[in-house]
Order: sequence, then C-alpha cells, then structure tokens
Amino acid sequence: MSEARRRILERLRSVGRDRGEGIERTVDRHDWDPEERIARFTDRMQEVRAEVQVTTEARWSADLVSLLKAKGVGNLVYAPDSPVAARLESALQADDIEAVPYALEIEAWKNDLFERMDAGFTGSRGAIAETGSLILWPDTSEPRLLSLVPPLHVVLLQADDIYSTFAEAMQAQGWAQGMPTNALLISGPSKSADIAQVLAYGVHGPRSLLVLIVT
Amino acid sequence: MASDFHQGVIRSLRDGALRGHLRRAMDMLMEKRQALFPDPDELESLRRRCMAIRAHALSNLPELLERAEARCEENGIRVHWAETPEEANGIVHDILQRHGVTRLVKGKSMVSEEMGLNHYLEARGIECLESDLGEFIIQLAGETPSHIVMPALHKSKQQIAELFHEKFPDIPYTDDVDELTAAARAILREKFQQAEAGLSGVNFLVAETGTLCLVENEGNGRMSTTVPPLHIAVTGIEKVVEQLADVPPLLSLLPRSATGQRITTYFNMISGPRKSGEKDGPHEVHLVLLDNGRSRIYADEELQATLRCIRCGACINHCPVYTRLGGHAYGTVYPGPIGSILEPQKEGLDRLGELAEASTLCGACGEVCPVRIPIPQLLNRLRWESVRRDGDGGTRGQGGRRKSSQAALWRAWASLASHPKLYRIAVASASRFRRLLPQQLGPWTSVRKAPRIADKPLRQIVDAEGEGHE
Repeated sequence: MSEARRRILERLRSVGRDRGEGIERTVDRHDWDPEERIARFTDRMQEVRAEVQVTTEARWSADLVSLLKAKGVGNLVYAPDSPVAARLESALQADDIEAVPYALEIEAWKNDLFERMDAGFTGSRGAIAETGSLILWPDTSEPRLLSLVPPLHVVLLQADDIYSTFAEAMQAQGWAQGMPTNALLISGPSKSADIAQVLAYGVHGPRSLLVLIVT
Repeated sequence: MASDFHQGVIRSLRDGALRGHLRRAMDMLMEKRQALFPDPDELESLRRRCMAIRAHALSNLPELLERAEARCEENGIRVHWAETPEEANGIVHDILQRHGVTRLVKGKSMVSEEMGLNHYLEARGIECLESDLGEFIIQLAGETPSHIVMPALHKSKQQIAELFHEKFPDIPYTDDVDELTAAARAILREKFQQAEAGLSGVNFLVAETGTLCLVENEGNGRMSTTVPPLHIAVTGIEKVVEQLADVPPLLSLLPRSATGQRITTYFNMISGPRKSGEKDGPHEVHLVLLDNGRSRIYADEELQATLRCIRCGACINHCPVYTRLGGHAYGTVYPGPIGSILEPQKEGLDRLGELAEASTLCGACGEVCPVRIPIPQLLNRLRWESVRRDGDGGTRGQGGRRKSSQAALWRAWASLASHPKLYRIAVASASRFRRLLPQQLGPWTSVRKAPRIADKPLRQIVDAEGEGHE
C-alpha cells in the first residue's frame, strides 16, 4: 500500500461526514412505440450527418453493397468471427468489393488498417432513440478499431434493440452485472468545432457513418 | 506593482479583436445550450438529481475510491495514488520508462495540465503530442488552454491558418476549416500509429464496475486509449461516482451544458486492458489518482461543493468577466468562475485570492451549473477567508490578503454604526463638508464622476417629509 494512498484516505476519513441515506435513482424512459423509436433515432443521426437506411433481414446485405458501390468504396474490413461474416463476404465479393477480415492483432497490420482501409463494418448491441446513439461492445469477435480507424463506419442495427434512453438500455441489458473491456456510445461521425467554433467532420475517427436498421 | 492577474486583465482588455471574438463565441454557446433545455422544469429536476449524485459520491468518497480501486484492479487496471503533481508526474514517467516509451500521444486532460505533464516528460526526453484538435493547435503555438472544454477558443481562423502555414510549410496555405482539419488529421494519424503509449483524462470513474468514462467528439480520445499498447489515465480523486446508473443523468447534462450538444460523438467506457483473444486495445491500463489539494478542500463542509464539478465549462461560457478577459488573463489552469473558486483553494488565497474578487457576483455561473455548485456564495466565502484573522488554517493561504488599513477602516465603520450619536454627528458633518471631498479618486474617476454625498442625510429627509410616499 502506498504512502500517498494511506495519507489521502486518512485525510478524507478524518472529515466528519453525513453519509446520507443514499440517493433515489430513477430509470428515465419514454413511452415510444417501435416506429417512433426508429424515427427519433433516425432524426438524431441525420442531424449529425449520419446516413440511416431502414432495411429488412432479407435485404440488408444487398442494400449495403449498393450503398458502398455508390460511395466508391473499394474495400471493407470486418470481424471474421461475426455471425454475419459469411453473408457479408459473399455479398461483397459478388460485387467486387474487397472483404478484409480483421484476423490479426492490431500490431501486425496497423499501417494497413490506417492507410488502406476504406470502410469498417460492425454490428451493435442496440441503440438509443433519445440521443441517436449506437451501443457497441467490442470484444474478441469484434475488435475496437473497426468502428474508429476506417473513414467510413457501417453498422448493422436490429430495430428491436432501439431503446428510448441510455438508462433504459443499461438496465434492460444488465450492464451493471459486468462491463466489457470497452463499451461505446457512438452518436455520429467524428467531429470538432475547435477551429473558430466551425463544425468540421472526420477529425480523427470516421468521416461518415452509415447505419442499416433491420426491421 | 500590479499582480500577474492584473497585468493579464490589462492586456486582455486592450485586445479588441479578442474581445469581439470571445463575445461571439460565448453568445453562440449560450444560445446552443438554451435551445437544448426547452423545459425549465426538466432542467431543474435533472440539476437536482445530478447534484445529489455528485454530493452522495463525495460524502462517501474514501469508501468509493477504495471500491473503485478494487474493481479496477480486478479488471486488470493498475491504480496509483499521488498527493502532488510532482508525484503524479513521477508515477507516469516511471511507467513510461519501464516500457521504454519515447513517444506519447495524449487525449485531452485538464489534470495533466494541472500536473504540467508535457513539460515534465519532455525535459526527460519523451515526446508528448496533444491530439485533441484544439490542444494540438495551442501546443503548436506554445500556449496553454484558454478554456477547459475548448482550449483554442481564443484563436481566430486566420490565426490558426497562419500557425499551420508557419509550422507545416509543405502544406499549402488555407484558412478553410475543413482543409485545416484534414491536414491535422493526416499529421496525427501517423502519430497515433507510432505512439508507444496513450494518455487520457477521465470524466467519470464508476466505483461499482471499475469503469473509466471519457466524453469526446473527435475520436482522438479513443485513438489514444485504444491504439497504443499502453494507456495511462490521470484523474482527480473527486471524479468517482457510485453506480453505473449514475452515469446517464450526468451524461445527459454534461454535453448540453458544455457545448450545447445533445450528446458527444463518443462516450468511451473503459473497464480493462485487452483480454486474451481480443485483437486490439492496450495491453496495460493504468489509472493515476491525483489529490493536489482536493482532500483539503474536502475538509470544509461548504467549500466541498467545489469538488462536485464535472468540468462542463458552462459557468465559464456564461461569465461576463471571462467573456471580457478570455482564459489566459487568469494565469491559472482552470479559468472563469470554477477556476476562481478552485485555484485559490488549490494554490493558496495569499497567491490567488484576488481571483475570487474579480466577480460581479451576478450569479449566472451558479444558475447554469449542472450540479448546482453555489459559485457566487463560495466566491464570497473565499473573499472572507482571504481577510479573516481568526482563521483555523483550513483554507490554504487563509488571511493572506488582509490589509491592516482596510481592517482598521472596517472596524471604525463598525464602531460608528453601533453608536447612534456618533453616527449622526459623522453623517451630518459629511453632508456639511461634502464639497471638501476630493473629485479625483484614482482609477475610479478616470471613467466616472466621484460619488457625491447628499446635502441632507436621508434621516433628516424622512423626518421632514414622512415615509408616506406611496
């Protein structure tokens, strides 16, 4: 135990404190039906220049490929352990978009990921309608940098997983029972207003964000 | 001899371009915030809840710090404690040295500014690169942040364009914001790849799960905490909250109060280093908890409210003093109202008590504070602490601004006001000899007329005319 730790805690403990009775915590939520959740999520996302495409389970990969084609995307990096990996691979290859699996640890191909990749693909653990935020829990099957390094981030979202608020999502998914090494809320493409308060997109993270909502 | 602050004030007030620029920026920030709080009742109830969350965390601070430490360690995050900035710098340097780090990339962290970390590490041969766009700009300019959320707020587009042109002559001159941003992106992407370590601050430390929460828009915070093999987070001991459930209300108020955004682009929650099987993320995560005077502030029941702060900067954006001066005039790490209560307590009232006096007590800061810190009340309290003689030594530099001449004047006034006969004589003679009062009263009369005493004391007027003016 460090000296600093002991002394800091000792000083804090020496203060007469009213420990209170704890606080009342309420879970904020809105009574929005599924359609309204999709609509609100979409509005918020579009406000920050994200693109949202509502699609179906049968159609999403075809929709994705045509959107990527329209953007001139030449390659897309994805998680090979993702449950949709096989479908993604075959859809992309059929249309001559290179599908690059994130198969190695970052150290082995950092430069390639940073310099060569056009797009990164991830799933999501859900979304928040109130703020227009995607919930990502990167893990062994889905690396963290897929959603950060390539200039375009594509996200697959199940419409049923859109919650009204962050608090509602957190409670419904039992976050307090165990957090992953990294959990993220992503609410649009990377942006900054640090130069003369003028908003600019694509500072360090993706310049564009594309969300496919599967209904 | 004018103090540093006084000289800073004079410099700032003479800079018309800066004042115009600040005025426009602050008007925009205030408007954007206002637009996101259309319902005053919702805002008030949220402020009350967030205040309660922070106050509750503080009243259980030692226990929560221990719990946070235990959870972090279970998650594989190594926790270090530092009483002073020097100690914290030493800890960071040791970790970096052990890993042979020569290039460190930084996300935005005010605590690292408090530590003077860049200077410390650079003197020991470690390159520290600020990666937040605003911080990157002021590092290029060799300056310090002028605002805790928007560090390059004081710079105009043209100034930044010229700075880029001077520092990167290979890039063609441009004052287009998108092009400037793209240039910074290209430069920093290379640096993120090369960095052997990343450093960040922490917005909330969740005791329940051992989670470090970071709020940002650019993605540089995620880069700094994800790409390099080593991540060090530095934070003040007050940043802890008890439960994960405390985070959503705080996150709902923080970006709206700070920049008038509903939410920031990224909310990054880190609960551990890369696990086996994961393909990225740092192999090691360290958390440095810095005291630097906080435990002393903690000891005073009233002043403890200072530690509720979540560093949104709303008080700064609404402060008429800051809007006229900008951040550099303060000469401190934290400017504006929060700085004027925090810095004198940290550094001592004898050194910085003056800051608590540089306020009109208009109350705007207290009104917008998302955790309801009664800033005007604390400014007053610190003014008193600065001049009291019977101090208990609780506040650093207590009594340090007491002047015997001023104290004598107040004593004389007190005695006059408590002796009616004497008081009446004094007031009557003041009226009678009012023309003898000097017309020139130093700086006061350089832009105003000297105050004039009425020819009849109020008491006489009331006696003669009665009170019935309604």
